[in-house]
Amino acid sequence: MRKPPPVRRLTGNEGYAPRVEVAPPPSEVSARTAGQNGNGHRPSSAFAAPSSRTTRGTSIAIERMQVEELSVTYGSKPAVKSVSLPIRQGEVLALIGPSGCGKTTLLRSLNRLTELTRGASASGRITLDGVDIASMEPTALRRRVTMVFQQPNPFPMSVFDNVAYVLREQASRRPRRAAVRGAVHEALARAGLLDEVADNLGHPALRLSGGQQQRLCIARALAAYPEVLLLDEPCSALDPQSTRLIEELITKLREDVAVVIVTHNLQQAYRIADYVAFMYLGELVEYGSAQKMFGAPRQSRTREYVSGAFG
Amino acid sequence: MTAAPARRPDRSTASWRLSDRLGLGLAWLLGLLFCAIAAAIVIYFLVEGIRYLRPNLLVTNPAAASSESQSGGFLDPLLGTLIVGAMAMAIAVPVGIGIAVWLSEFGRPTGLARVAESSIEMLAGEPSVVLALFGTILFTAPALGFLSQTTHGVVLGQSFFATAALLSLVGLPLVVASTREGLQAIPSHVREASYAVGKTKIATTRRVLLPAARPSVVTGTMLGLGRVISDTAIVLLLLGGTLTFSTANSTPVLGLLRGTGDTLTGYIYYNAPTGDGNQPSKAYAATFVLLLMVLALNLGVDFVLSRSRKAVTWR
Repeated sequence: MRKPPPVRRLTGNEGYAPRVEVAPPPSEVSARTAGQNGNGHRPSSAFAAPSSRTTRGTSIAIERMQVEELSVTYGSKPAVKSVSLPIRQGEVLALIGPSGCGKTTLLRSLNRLTELTRGASASGRITLDGVDIASMEPTALRRRVTMVFQQPNPFPMSVFDNVAYVLREQASRRPRRAAVRGAVHEALARAGLLDEVADNLGHPALRLSGGQQQRLCIARALAAYPEVLLLDEPCSALDPQSTRLIEELITKLREDVAVVIVTHNLQQAYRIADYVAFMYLGELVEYGSAQKMFGAPRQSRTREYVSGAFG
Repeated sequence: MTAAPARRPDRSTASWRLSDRLGLGLAWLLGLLFCAIAAAIVIYFLVEGIRYLRPNLLVTNPAAASSESQSGGFLDPLLGTLIVGAMAMAIAVPVGIGIAVWLSEFGRPTGLARVAESSIEMLAGEPSVVLALFGTILFTAPALGFLSQTTHGVVLGQSFFATAALLSLVGLPLVVASTREGLQAIPSHVREASYAVGKTKIATTRRVLLPAARPSVVTGTMLGLGRVISDTAIVLLLLGGTLTFSTANSTPVLGLLRGTGDTLTGYIYYNAPTGDGNQPSKAYAATFVLLLMVLALNLGVDFVLSRSRKAVTWR
């Protein structure tokens, strides 16, 4: 068994800190939109019972990534406008907002997948464990900040090879199967899939059910022990039962990986997120703890969105 | 109230306008006509071929004789078809896959990619006799003399090498088109999933995209091979159409490949009723064999396509 290295490459100012319930200070965000003061309003009715939340986070949070003044444009069209927020291990951060609000672009900026889109340009700074990601090799960054997509997309190979592919160097066929077997089993176990596929590791991954495929994609993303796991609407193509399994998995995973999830589904954000960032038209309107965002959002836009007034 | 029985949609054309009915009739007529023509060709040669095909035709070599009983079989042309097909596809498949990957996955510099794309389309529309003529100019160049035979300082320019090189250009467009189509059918999120675990484009192409596009590569290869073994002009001009192999020297394999020979198409050309040999029964028998090979390739394509349509894939 390989021991999971839960904390890597820590820099001086990081470490174990007591978890704060209030929104950390992305002060420029609230300052920018302070005109629409929403303080003191009644909690929105749709999520009036925060006590029903069962997924309160862990007691420690380690800051992994820091987004500073990130702006992304496609051609001349701005997609993300000057967004700043922290991403911490030990918590699930949900990015919510209506379609086209820039949340997926923000997510894809975190592992520089936006660079593959022609015409995309970014400004601002994103750090991973204190190091500017712009200075890293994209492939090295993407091994540490992995991603799961909306549609399950296992590679056209066996279940085993889907995970082993990630563990091997680029297109190499080495290390051999026996050498990676332990790590493959472990990744499948962490994604809660091992019991279901243990006897069929050689079967084509595309023959699994949709929910199993998506958990295989999560296993694949976890295999190299990344610091950050990005999830882009991972359940929107799945049935409720598979969705429940994956949501349970996500709340477990936040212990050893920082989880960022983009979701259209407010109930899902409410069920699994510890922190929520609400984006609208490319701007980060509000960022705060899930309780606050669903219970007593400060911005009227947030309140309207989480209560279903628009979306 | 009982539910009314579901009414079947009205299929009769009684209510159609006259022009529409005439159009429908014409469509049927032409459709059946094409089926009839295709069936007539195949059935005619199958019947004629079976009538004249004797097992010993497949194992004896052609001989120059005016009577059908002494002019032998077509062993060398049959082998020639197999050799030429294998050699041409050995060039066309790797090159074609490379071009398809470049066009589909990289496509840069954009201008060059566009030029390459239309060049390949042009190549597909080129009459093969034009390619053959170009090949004769190319392979009679002294610098390429080592690929054929040289007598008294004159490069002959006819050899299996020259033929395969030019025939590969006949098969290439089909390999490129099919492979490219297969690659483009893969959703972009599958590529991104591979990049998103730290893989390079090259690793993604080798381990994810090409395996996923394999049915398309196989289809393109079989279609290309079908075109290659059906070509006549290149064989006549560049392989010599010499009925039997005539090796360049005694080196086992190289001597054969640098020498001249023939294929089934060349043999049929020679033995056609209007050809130099004028031995129709031999031509029919050879046509039957060639037709079987092409039909088998077409059936193979259908098989691969129907299997890949049934295969599980991404949404």
